[in-house]
Amino acid sequence: MKKVGIAGYGSTKFSKNKIPIEELLVESTKQVFQTTSNLSQNLIDGVIVSTNDNSKYLGAIVSERSGIKPKISHTIEHLCSSGTNAVISAFSYIASGLADVILVTGGDVIGNPGQVLEWDQSRGELNHPIYWGSIFTKAYKRKFNTTEEELAIVSAKNHKQAIDNPNSYSHEPYTISQIMNSKIITDDLRILDCSYPCSGSASVLLASENIIKKFTDTPIWISGIGQKTNSASFTKNDLLNLSSTISASNDAYAMSNTNSNDIDVAEVHDAFSVCELMAVKDLGLTEKSSSTEFIRNLFNTGDRKINPRGGLIGAGHPLGATGISQIIEITQQLQNNAEKRQIPNVKKGLVHNMSAAATSSTVLILES
Amino acid sequence: MNKFETELKNGNFIVSECIDCKQIIWPTSDFCNICHNTTKWRNTNNLGIIIEFSKKNDEFFGLIEVEQNLRVMGKIVTDKIPEINQKVILKECSFNKTPKFIFKTITN
Repeated sequence: MKKVGIAGYGSTKFSKNKIPIEELLVESTKQVFQTTSNLSQNLIDGVIVSTNDNSKYLGAIVSERSGIKPKISHTIEHLCSSGTNAVISAFSYIASGLADVILVTGGDVIGNPGQVLEWDQSRGELNHPIYWGSIFTKAYKRKFNTTEEELAIVSAKNHKQAIDNPNSYSHEPYTISQIMNSKIITDDLRILDCSYPCSGSASVLLASENIIKKFTDTPIWISGIGQKTNSASFTKNDLLNLSSTISASNDAYAMSNTNSNDIDVAEVHDAFSVCELMAVKDLGLTEKSSSTEFIRNLFNTGDRKINPRGGLIGAGHPLGATGISQIIEITQQLQNNAEKRQIPNVKKGLVHNMSAAATSSTVLILES
Repeated sequence: MNKFETELKNGNFIVSECIDCKQIIWPTSDFCNICHNTTKWRNTNNLGIIIEFSKKNDEFFGLIEVEQNLRVMGKIVTDKIPEINQKVILKECSFNKTPKFIFKTITN
């Protein structure tokens, strides 16, 4: 199996503006060409699109608009984790030798129907994500006696970190008090506990070890991959554990011959504040303390180890772009290129991307 | 609309059950996801327990376990704050683009 690394990337700003999906995808793709050395269209073997948009034939459209005539071209949809799923497909093509260079571009437009899973009869009429987010939060508060302040710290930390992310939709430095007094959604969720669906696109260029040095002197390798799908319906979930995340992370750590103690930085899927508290525990990142103590300590010390770009809560959540944007952040951290967000001495990073109330999860390990 | 949706609209909560291994297959399906035999429709007993709940505006909602392998999200009608494991009965069900379930608490 060939080694596969990240050779380049590009991203639009995430926003509340309605922009056609084709324009978004082409914009972040254009940035890959503008910022990657020696990249020309004829070197790209594949174009894979990640989106929940209903537009058809986007792989071919992005290719034509970008002047690429790829051998491989298609779209991947897997709700909120479409981005990491598309990257794993690209990884597989390259690792197997079917391709050497693949562009993965993902995005979504605010208001797209992808945030609601209509198939799931078990959600009844309560099919908006706020309902499963409320049930997860209530169960977590009941089990761990978690306070509203402890939940608000997650959001305050991520909004604070998003200020230094030029592509985030929000640059508001919300205080804990502002978050705790923000609009009530349910008894267990405030509006600032929720990630915000928005418009945006992110792209990465993946390349094999045979050619990657042509594009970058600092390739970032994908050394571990884990995925798990338990179900599609929310009501089969364990409410206190992200069991798909536990399974996916075990596989990713094993593949990369590493463990959670070696992770210097992580992008985790904070669809709601409680998801970050659950994720850091289930990824094994909090073995010496509770999740709430761990996150409070990061917030108080300004340590950006978890969600340095601001997470989904701070940066925004254009579903098809999210996993790719997480990968770009960890890549920049590993290349010591994250500007104000840079964490010192980063050697290994983790990406955690989930779909549909954690019914499925993806975990990636990246290293320099 | 399929049979599940039509029956739900008529106020009957029916589920699919494997004719061989007797497992409830939920969400409903024409075949069993364990042994792949066909399923038959049967009524539920309309009784359940509250697994977890929250509240939006003035309405409680929650995750209700009706039978083994059969949990649904629905609204909860009650005079008091619900309790975990509290018994509920299906008060109303319907279908309009999505299923709709309303449960009523039963005093333990």
